[in-house]
Amino acid sequence: MVQQTDRPAARPAPVRRRRFAWRPRSTLARHGLAVLLALVAVVLVLELTSPFRNSQLATMSYYAIAAAGLTVLTGLNGQISLGHGALMAVGAYTTGLLLGPEGDGTLPLPLIMLIAAGVTALVGAVVGAAAARLHGPYLAGATLALAVAVPGLAIYFDHTLGGEQGLRIASPDVPGWFDATIYFLFAHETPSAKYLAYLGWGTLLLVLLLLANLMAGRAGRVWRAVRDDEVAAELAGIRLGQVRVLAFVVSAACAGLAGAVLGVVVRLAAPSGFTIVLSLGLLTAVVVGGLGSLVGALLGSALLVFLPPAVTNLGTAAGLDGTQAAQLAPFVYGVVLILVMLLAPSGAVGVLKKVWGRRRRKR
Amino acid sequence: MQQFLNVTLTGLGQGAVYAAFALALVLIWRSTRIVNFAQGAMGMFTTYLALTLIEAGQSYWVGLVVALVAGLVLGAVIERLVIRPVEGGPELNAVIVTLGLFVALQALAAILFGSTFRSFPAPFDLRGFTVGDVNIAFTANSIYVIAAVVVVMLALVALFRFTDLGLQMRAAAFSQEVSRLLGVRVGRMLTLGWALAAVVGSLSGLLIAGGSLVFPAYMDAVIVYGFVAAVLGGLDSPGGAVVGGLTIGLLLSYVSGYLGSELVALAALATLVAVLLVRPQGLFASTAARRV
Repeated sequence: MVQQTDRPAARPAPVRRRRFAWRPRSTLARHGLAVLLALVAVVLVLELTSPFRNSQLATMSYYAIAAAGLTVLTGLNGQISLGHGALMAVGAYTTGLLLGPEGDGTLPLPLIMLIAAGVTALVGAVVGAAAARLHGPYLAGATLALAVAVPGLAIYFDHTLGGEQGLRIASPDVPGWFDATIYFLFAHETPSAKYLAYLGWGTLLLVLLLLANLMAGRAGRVWRAVRDDEVAAELAGIRLGQVRVLAFVVSAACAGLAGAVLGVVVRLAAPSGFTIVLSLGLLTAVVVGGLGSLVGALLGSALLVFLPPAVTNLGTAAGLDGTQAAQLAPFVYGVVLILVMLLAPSGAVGVLKKVWGRRRRKR
Repeated sequence: MQQFLNVTLTGLGQGAVYAAFALALVLIWRSTRIVNFAQGAMGMFTTYLALTLIEAGQSYWVGLVVALVAGLVLGAVIERLVIRPVEGGPELNAVIVTLGLFVALQALAAILFGSTFRSFPAPFDLRGFTVGDVNIAFTANSIYVIAAVVVVMLALVALFRFTDLGLQMRAAAFSQEVSRLLGVRVGRMLTLGWALAAVVGSLSGLLIAGGSLVFPAYMDAVIVYGFVAAVLGGLDSPGGAVVGGLTIGLLLSYVSGYLGSELVALAALATLVAVLLVRPQGLFASTAARRV
């Protein structure tokens, strides 16, 4: 019995008519402008919020980098991955090994992050080559196995990877030019935590710019074609295997970068940080935000960071003890994941678009 | 030699449990073409119910019966409430719903029962038999585990082969439209299929817990091993699931015994990838061609 071809969880958005005449014509310039505006917003937000919010935003940045990669893979190419937590682990451990526990590594941080992304992309190519032949539940099962298996490696090679305790990662120093620029603009020093938030958000905006261009170009079109109808895509001369592996490699590189940022922000790469809960959390973020949408990935990762404290507070207020209240957040994730799939499979962005479209039609 | 014997016997015991778990996955896959990633969490939840009863002074057997009945109800309720709307829809949606269930049930168990490690009693002796003057790793409890799995399998075979209900369930799984035309209540059969699968899943949860520690995530790895076993057996063949389960049990036991227990999950991953790449239809698939 041959099964039906898989259909995506969310449909691609219809192309909107040009309404904002002031926007640049070229896609790259338009995306670049959006990123520049976002950069200004990020600087303002980071300078105006407390150190605690800064560290939350730093956390959000690495979730968002990984979620952006995952939404491209699952939303655009139709491949589900429950193994992105494991890929983040590859990035974090690579960063840890290159940076060293004292930060005495000779390589500059951006280069280390690039290497981490590269190594993870390589792992992603291997995983993707196997994954390209799988679909739906088979792919989910195989990547779930990956998520469960990889932390074991860190324990097996405990002399280099630090075993159960994990690998300590030095926090990078604030570069002089960066400190000087912020001092020039806002007249105060940049503490290390704030610098890390800048680092994470800078990386995130860069990743978003690259992904947005990729999605708008040939690669994105081909990914969508493969997702929507394999046979038609193949007849149009698209090589399914190559296209799927490419999507996996791009997605893995993002996960690797996210792992690198996680490493320097958390200052630790330990097996307990890359459990299946992380992988499922990322999936929750992209599904709730809206599969295939970068804005959705951002919204979803904001949810991952800002929802748990709120829910935990509610739980403690309702009389649960600390450990119980801490479990309320995953409970809410699970319930929300089910509800979104049952009621609004296109996620928050899909719902917003629908509401927006209805309002415009009324006018 | 003695180590080899011990590792093999341990593997057989674990393999029996993986076989039961794989069987639960296969039951659901056959009828609804959904892999239930929440199976492990469901089994974990009912095991906690049993543990609560046992700690309150009830006997192991009361706990067992309550857990199995709870599994039956849980499976039926979940199918009706959250699975029915995504049945027959896009594959990814069903996968994501079962993953949501997995996360929610695991967190709910941690809230209700706490996330500390708790020991679960075994109904039989956990000391190995002594043959001659050598103590082997085969206990009265392992006999119970294997026997329980065999009994459940025979009961399922009897149900599907010899009863009217079993025939209707097989018909509903084989072709929904035709069986609906012939008067089979397909919806009910699907609910029953999920309920039965949840009973088998609960049993495997209880058997794994027996004589060891229980915590909300203790079934996580079992989901993977059970899935690998089911795929090895072809994912739609109950017999294949049993053979696959025993094979995986033995293989993982050898890896754990000779290479190191950290590599067990990696070995499972390697097996899965090898099976899917070399023989994607599994060892015992009833269908000739299968898209994986």
